[in-house]
Amino acid sequence: MSEPPSIFDILGPVMIGPSSSHTAGASRIGYVARQLLGDTPTRAVITLYNSFAKTHKGHGTDKALIGGILGFGPDDLRIRNSLELAKQESLVWEFKFSSGPNRYHSNTARIKLSGVGGGNVEIVGVSLGGGRIRIDEIEGFGVNFGGQSHTIVIIAEDIPGSIKNISAAIADTNNNIANMYVSRSERLANMVIEVDHPVEPRTINAIRTFPWVRFARLIAPMVEGSSRYDK
Amino acid sequence: MEFRLLSDIAEYCHTEGKDFAQAMLDYEMRNKNLTREQVYASLKQILLVMEESVEQGLTQQVVSPSGMLNNWAKQIYEHPLGALGPQLQKAIARAIAVGEVNACMGRIAAAPTAGSAGIMPAVLVTMMEEHRLSRERILDALLVSSAVGLIFARNSSFAGSEAGCMGETGSAAAMGAASITYLLGGNEEQILEAVGFALKGSMGLVCDPVAGLVEEPCTTRNAVGVANAFVSAQMALSGIKSLIPADEVIFATKEVGDLMSPRLKESAQGGLANTKTGREIQKRVFKQSD
Repeated sequence: MSEPPSIFDILGPVMIGPSSSHTAGASRIGYVARQLLGDTPTRAVITLYNSFAKTHKGHGTDKALIGGILGFGPDDLRIRNSLELAKQESLVWEFKFSSGPNRYHSNTARIKLSGVGGGNVEIVGVSLGGGRIRIDEIEGFGVNFGGQSHTIVIIAEDIPGSIKNISAAIADTNNNIANMYVSRSERLANMVIEVDHPVEPRTINAIRTFPWVRFARLIAPMVEGSSRYDK
Repeated sequence: MEFRLLSDIAEYCHTEGKDFAQAMLDYEMRNKNLTREQVYASLKQILLVMEESVEQGLTQQVVSPSGMLNNWAKQIYEHPLGALGPQLQKAIARAIAVGEVNACMGRIAAAPTAGSAGIMPAVLVTMMEEHRLSRERILDALLVSSAVGLIFARNSSFAGSEAGCMGETGSAAAMGAASITYLLGGNEEQILEAVGFALKGSMGLVCDPVAGLVEEPCTTRNAVGVANAFVSAQMALSGIKSLIPADEVIFATKEVGDLMSPRLKESAQGGLANTKTGREIQKRVFKQSD
């Protein structure tokens, strides 16, 4: 065990029921997809695998995923009505189900989002239990992160010096890299960089101005209790 | 700062002259670089959600989408015929209240899981009311409960798919038993005894949810978990000793969980889920949701 667990891994999460894996975790996966899209989503195609495919309705997994895509946290009561709210916001969605033999963890969702501005993003996320998630794929690149830290996701041409330039842009604002994962495919590289502090707009803007960067997005961690309680 | 066993925490208490709550406060502050105020603010938020979920289940219409749960908490809370003392009768109603709110997509605080989320709120609200305890004391009891959860998570598992309901309502009952023992002035050894009793009482409990939903039997098992917590605390406070130490009981739950068939661990393939009625309910629930 790398880091000692928090007492709030035991007490909490505060969440909309009924299931930490099938509801709270599902909303977090949707939320990460929304942030990676970085735009108002207009279309969502969601494929559910294995246990998610079998038991999604009874656990409100569909409402939780759509709620996350609308930007609701796992403790946001609007998750209950997320399907109606999505219609009001002109989000069109489609669920597909896959329970045949596959390589995925039992609670897996693949989300493909399109935004108002014409952008698309596709991710695969896994709900691990207790509301924790892991993102396994972004745009076909294998990744591995939990979305609980400030995270920069970059897809760039695989050229020498790219990592140096990107780390310099991050260090410029005194931010510190906690974890960095790099994977390559064809002539592209994917970087997932977890940092200690919120990423300043000028950092991400600087990264986006590199001509070899194709895609750079931010994920801000979901703060527990970030949505408003009734009292 | 790391605790591997409950006895490590008890030892820390003795060496530092602190109680279980203070030990866990030190743990969280040091490891997560938080102030005392920050930790208590988060605990307060958890307690607030717990109290709200009890209140909602006892006052609002709570009928689960599957129709399996239907305002049971109110029925128990108000029932004139008391087989238990009024304290325990209200306590189990509160546990069911939270289970119903959870099944209806209400807001709850998992403690340690959503499926077992009724036990800690029921224990804490009942202790606060019956013993006129301050919220500050209750927050300390939450800290105590986290000690049990932390060690249980480390040496066994909360996941129904790994340790069955023993890992969920069993561990929650142990957390509750420790809280009650602490609030009534039990010492470190008695807190550990209470944990041992509660886990022995739920050893081998399977996870066999009808239709795979967190409703039947989860909700009523939360009520039994609350009773287990009070029974275990009473035994510990009376000076009875669990012959098998709490830490060894936790290791035993791990062994038992590993030995349990996957059919009895959250897969809805065995036990109550696989009864004639359970399968009929499953068929009906999935038909209506298509």
